[in-house]
Amino acid sequence: MTILKKTMTSVAALAISATAAFAEAELTVYTAIEAEDLARYAETFNASHPDIKINWVRDSTGVITAKLLAERDNPQADVVWGLAATSLLLLKSEGMLEAYAPAGVEKLDPKFVDKDETPAWVGMDAWVASVCYNTVEAEKLGLTPPTSWKDLTDAQYKGHVIMPNPASSGTGFLDVSSWLQIFGEDDGWAFMDGLHENIARYTHSGSAPCKLAASGEIPIGVSFAFRGAKSKAAGAPLEIIVPSEGVGWDMEATAIVAGTDDLEAAQKLVDFTITKEANEMYNVGYAVVAYPGIAKPVEHFPTNLLDAMIDNDFEFAANNRAAILKEWASRYDGKSDPK
Amino acid sequence: MTDATQHNLPPGPIIKGKLSRDDIIMRGSMVVIGLYLLITMVFPLYAMLSKSFSTFQFDLSSYEVQVSDETGTTFSNPISLNDLNEQLKVLEDSDMIAGSDGRLGVTQFFPDFSFRSPVKYRIRNTTDEGRFLVGSTLTDSTDWVELDSNTFRRVQLRPVKSIGFGNFQSYFDTPALSNSIKNSVLIATISTIVTVTLAFWFAFALSRSCMRFKGLFRLIAMAPILVPSLLPGIALVYLFGNQGMLKELLFGASIYGPIGIVIGSVFFTFPHAFLIISTALAISDGRLYEAATSLRATPWRTFWTVTIPGARYGLVSAAFVVFNLVITDFGLPKVIGGQFNVLAVDIYKQVIGQQNFEMGAVVSVVLVLPAILAFAIDRFVQSKQVALLSARSVPYQPKPNKKADWILFSYASLIGIFIIGMLAVCQFAALVKFWPYDLSFSLNNYQFDRMDGGGWGAYYNSIKLGLLTAIVGTAIIFFGAYLVEKSNGFRTGRAIFQMFAMLPMAIPGMVLGLAYIFFFNNPANPLHAIYGTMAILVVCTVTHFYTVSHLTATTALQQMDREFESVSASLKQPTLKLFGRVTVPVCLPSILDISIYLFVNAMTTVSAVVFLYSPTTSLASIAVLNMDDAGDIAPAAAMGMMIFYTNAGARIFHLIASRGILSRTQAWRNR
Repeated sequence: MTILKKTMTSVAALAISATAAFAEAELTVYTAIEAEDLARYAETFNASHPDIKINWVRDSTGVITAKLLAERDNPQADVVWGLAATSLLLLKSEGMLEAYAPAGVEKLDPKFVDKDETPAWVGMDAWVASVCYNTVEAEKLGLTPPTSWKDLTDAQYKGHVIMPNPASSGTGFLDVSSWLQIFGEDDGWAFMDGLHENIARYTHSGSAPCKLAASGEIPIGVSFAFRGAKSKAAGAPLEIIVPSEGVGWDMEATAIVAGTDDLEAAQKLVDFTITKEANEMYNVGYAVVAYPGIAKPVEHFPTNLLDAMIDNDFEFAANNRAAILKEWASRYDGKSDPK
Repeated sequence: MTDATQHNLPPGPIIKGKLSRDDIIMRGSMVVIGLYLLITMVFPLYAMLSKSFSTFQFDLSSYEVQVSDETGTTFSNPISLNDLNEQLKVLEDSDMIAGSDGRLGVTQFFPDFSFRSPVKYRIRNTTDEGRFLVGSTLTDSTDWVELDSNTFRRVQLRPVKSIGFGNFQSYFDTPALSNSIKNSVLIATISTIVTVTLAFWFAFALSRSCMRFKGLFRLIAMAPILVPSLLPGIALVYLFGNQGMLKELLFGASIYGPIGIVIGSVFFTFPHAFLIISTALAISDGRLYEAATSLRATPWRTFWTVTIPGARYGLVSAAFVVFNLVITDFGLPKVIGGQFNVLAVDIYKQVIGQQNFEMGAVVSVVLVLPAILAFAIDRFVQSKQVALLSARSVPYQPKPNKKADWILFSYASLIGIFIIGMLAVCQFAALVKFWPYDLSFSLNNYQFDRMDGGGWGAYYNSIKLGLLTAIVGTAIIFFGAYLVEKSNGFRTGRAIFQMFAMLPMAIPGMVLGLAYIFFFNNPANPLHAIYGTMAILVVCTVTHFYTVSHLTATTALQQMDREFESVSASLKQPTLKLFGRVTVPVCLPSILDISIYLFVNAMTTVSAVVFLYSPTTSLASIAVLNMDDAGDIAPAAAMGMMIFYTNAGARIFHLIASRGILSRTQAWRNR
């Protein structure tokens, strides 16, 4: 046995005991947060809680939701950190969430907290619907910029508007559910009938319309503000329009999965996710966060966004989702018929 | 001696060959590979079929309600919602069918309900299965829940699981879904007619004329096999999209929809049709043409009486192969289909978009039917084919004909330009900085790590998958084929094995992938551990492409005389030694063909693996799909071209390697 080998073994042993000493608890956390943000979030958390180790399981919103629902009888996750509130409502309606009022929850904007007495989930940040408008292409086509949702039904935009399919995209669904809330059921569908006449096609993904607007493929894309700001920063000739009637939004939120092995650690994590420090961390990418008064403007973001956000009834959206999508498909999915 | 005495003799024992150790080993191995196919294909398909019959329904009889008077203190007798519905006839039986996320409001059973009234309501489940929500809080106990009117309107019933044809019923009741059947068949039919016609004339030009550069054209025609079917879709966006280079050619029609799907389908099915038809044209008998000439038949008449009949089986076979490829393809309509719904994309939308696995299973069952039908007809036609080439046949030698050669050369050039053009457009788009505003060149689109889809890691995963599939798949498939071809007796077992081996061809990739979710993502399954790993991708890809490889292997093995086995048996050599020492070296050319086939397909496949990849095992072809989906079309084109270059490189390596290996191992062929 050489000295080198000896040292290496002792170093390894030290390392093992060190991790054991630090990470007393391990949490399996399901998330839909962008992969590049995960490490940053975990680091910030571990700075104050070195004893809790986070094991991330990340995928897109739809897939993670499906995974959680599939594991209903045998949940693998301890905490869900960063999943759409509408998805968390689905989980709540399956009785899968452990209600918990994290320390300091009263400081948050009440819009971002579950309305139950002991909230089942708490919000982190919002992603807000917006319209991406390609100024160069619009000028070529002689279009005037729309200022409201109603404007988009104008005949001049025929074939120049693109939006996500609400059946496959969370962004698309929040648009549809917000229109039904803004205009009321009957007028909402009448509005969509008019809009449908102008829609070039419905995309599967929620960010695609804005990227397609950015590349000039279709000049007007109904998407979300965050995406528009990113494309604008990349050099696309975009204007981000916030329609005057108000815009739908959804939030990324956090919840404890019922039946977790380590409730105490899970609660510590959720406590952390609503602190001012955590919200400042969300603010790097998101202009609207749950903790009021701390958000710094994000570059290229429209400034009037917070006021334009409607008072979103998430329960309405979740409980009527199946019926809305059925109605939507029977009205508009038939656009597919050969012309 | 009379018949009577003979009659009285006891029947002798049935003489059976004694099973040697070799036989036992071979049968055992065959059973093992048969079990592999059973677990990786038959069981998952069964799981999918049963899922399509698992429905969700509202069971009104499992809820009871009580209503109070205006004071909110005295309650009526409990009555079940089912009885209420019978009295009021609010809902039909068909309204009871729901998806897994179905909700049913209860206020519709109370005609004079008002959320402002002081009337109170009580509701409870009468069985343990009953479930309802107050707002979004689940109640599944059988205790009474008392609610005021304003809260009672937030009560939603949840469906319970049952078994039946409900999913199929709602599938055919939803035009948005069932229209796809018509769309899919229409698209597949048009693409088949166009592709087979184009491929026929291309093959005709190559086999019946004296035009130049035949080798080059053959090479170009095979290029589309090396790219995922998504890529022609991306090329079409750049050519004919709203910012397309040639969009004027469409005269205002939109490329997003049937037009785009047909053009793209012609591109990616062309090599398949061309291969089959050119094989059929190659085996023509020159004497028939000589007879036609001496009978003074016009070229036109010769064409219809000699050429076409000679190639008819090839044409039919090509038509069904193309039909099957188009109807089961998922990548192309996903990219360019716009609002034109087809079956394969419907499966994806139901599963990934809506998490409606039951409906995904129903669409899969619907898609399997035409695919199996086309496959069965093709097999039937193949079995009808008789040898055209007899020992006395003279191979046909085309004679130079300046005019015809020139016409066919121009035609072949057009096809060549079409194929090369599509690839070149993708490569160009991948290198442009920001189409169409900044046409300067840059490598920005190759920074995959900055996009969705898995980055460069996905690319390396794909290569890993390709190599693993090639190695594992070739070993399993060739050994399996050997056992079926060369073992003795055991007829039933061999027949069942053959059937299993043919089945994957008829199963669309989407269906196989979805079936894998149902089977392997079940925590009760001991094989659950491979879910989400590279292993399941390898297993799925091997099974998906089993049939063609199996057929290649059996064809090669059939050319080897069974005498080899007899000789080795009489020399008391174990069969496995024979397999390693003689069979494998002799069949090496076919073995190499199988591995390159598996490698290329593993690199390009999207449909089967799209349901099975995990964040750590994302693949290049999936990255193309996801980047296009998110609107990052240029990086998608860039990744698609990376797949093309990798496959082209693998082909060239395969060519060189097989030349090297063959010159050493196949020297005995040319004594």
